[in-house]
Amino acid sequence: MFQLSPAGIDFVKTELNRYETKRSAILPCLYKVQEENGGWVSPEAVNHLADVMDIPAAHINEVLYFYTMYNKKPVGRLHVQVCATISCAMNGARELAKHICDKYQVKEGEISDDGMVTVTKVECLGSCGTAPMMQIGNAYYENLTKESAIEVIEDLKKKSTNQ
Amino acid sequence: MEVKILSEHYHKDDFQGLTGYKANGGYEMLKKAFTMKPQEIIDLVKAAGLRGRGGAGFPTGVKWGFLPDNGEPRYLLCNADEGEPGTFKDREMMERAPHQLVEGMIISAFAIGSKKSYIYIRGEYDDSINSCRQAIKEAYDAGLLGKNIMGSGFDHDMDVYCGAGAYICGEETGMISSLEGKKGQPKLKPPFPAVQGYLGKPTIVNNVETLASVIYILRDGVDAYRKYGTEKSPGTKLFSVSGNVVKPGNYEVPLGYPLKDLIFDLCGGLKPGRKLKAVIPGGSSAPILTAEEAMVATLDYENLAQHGSMLGSGAVMVIDDSNCMVDLLGVTLHFYHHESCGQCTPCREGTGWLDKIVHSILDGKGRLQDIDLMDEVAGHMMGRTICALSDAAAMPTLSFLKKFRDEFEFYVREGRSKVKGQAHAQM
Repeated sequence: MFQLSPAGIDFVKTELNRYETKRSAILPCLYKVQEENGGWVSPEAVNHLADVMDIPAAHINEVLYFYTMYNKKPVGRLHVQVCATISCAMNGARELAKHICDKYQVKEGEISDDGMVTVTKVECLGSCGTAPMMQIGNAYYENLTKESAIEVIEDLKKKSTNQ
Repeated sequence: MEVKILSEHYHKDDFQGLTGYKANGGYEMLKKAFTMKPQEIIDLVKAAGLRGRGGAGFPTGVKWGFLPDNGEPRYLLCNADEGEPGTFKDREMMERAPHQLVEGMIISAFAIGSKKSYIYIRGEYDDSINSCRQAIKEAYDAGLLGKNIMGSGFDHDMDVYCGAGAYICGEETGMISSLEGKKGQPKLKPPFPAVQGYLGKPTIVNNVETLASVIYILRDGVDAYRKYGTEKSPGTKLFSVSGNVVKPGNYEVPLGYPLKDLIFDLCGGLKPGRKLKAVIPGGSSAPILTAEEAMVATLDYENLAQHGSMLGSGAVMVIDDSNCMVDLLGVTLHFYHHESCGQCTPCREGTGWLDKIVHSILDGKGRLQDIDLMDEVAGHMMGRTICALSDAAAMPTLSFLKKFRDEFEFYVREGRSKVKGQAHAQM
């Protein structure tokens, strides 16, 4: 059963008092749940959050399913999001995403066999002047080539394994 | 030549922090604002003719003037949900100069009589979120936010709110829904947010660049501000240039600047051997310009409207002759289909139909009548929905089909792109 950590519970309580209405705390609290639940928000995690927040689960699900940054299914430890909107598409983003998928033998949106990598193509990330680019975790990696993108991922894989 | 007013100090590393910002004149205009009456600031912004820099170009002072005088609390909401494809100027502003935004917001809040503001930043912009949070903290510590700011008797609180990945939250009523902790669906207008916004209270929603511009109107005065730009489009603006230019990036130029000079002088033109094919001048929602139109267009609201397009967010996407227009429309329509919030039928169904039809052409299954069908569907999507997303999908569609029809017909007839070497890159 998923449970928020004591620090997570404290976070939720602070957020509940931070805005003019309790409901505004749903978006930030879903990020916290995702962070503590290995990168995605499960149905049971929603029920737990609804209890902690004392807010109907329906209100939380409405938010969860509307916004793309909450993952509704598990992802690899490195969630590689390649922007594939116009300026990035014009600069080889789709070929880059395919290259990364081929390299890690994974289909778009699925998790590689070692559980490390998920690749998704996403819509404009506001990095159009530094295309092509990818986001992994919170960080942007810009002006990529096929080689430099793999270098970044390999480096992060090493760091993630050593943790 | 660039005219750097907003971006004058962006090259300085210490401009991000309070000390560096103050060393370059930061918060001097807030001090000045407190010597003025709020209405004087509103009148100044009106007289300067500042127009919203987020996309719609609505006069900022006029928007502020819509607030009802009913004693209800008023909110200021900074739109930093920069999501229009091609746009990355607000991100640079928040990363390099978060205090510029904070100062512009406090001045604006004082002018409109607001005690609480939020910066709504798209969730992916982690660096912007952190820099704005840090700047707000520094401002509180220095007595620039909170109670009795600089001894003026004016109280103001500010916070950052993070989006979670939805283009529609850049629409001001969608943003308000999101800040209220709901799915970010736009609301029917009227009532406009200035009358009934966040939690039903009067709310002003302004873009990052708009709010920062207020500082320089106070500093330089109306005449100096109007020295740049055109009669109806005064001042300077940041343009995000991307696509097939040698030096993409953000460039600050006076409104009315020739598009040709932006591309070929400031951005170093195209790669060797390439020819200009088309330009999207104001984000992906703006109707596309042919190379011929782009060579004579100027970057102001009126001139681009005369060319049947719009200035939008100032996102200039430069397209050279290596691109297939059918493919680029496919990418664009996939975006709008993905981002439609689903509440209005013409948009929910229309974006889906357009996306499916253009991809069936790209898959070699197109029929000639599909081109007319797209034209017809897009025509029915204009002006029939709660917000502008439907129009934003229809406008590029209609302009691509009109100006590059031969490429669509070729693709349907031959089952492949007219542009040599262009394969449809699907995963």
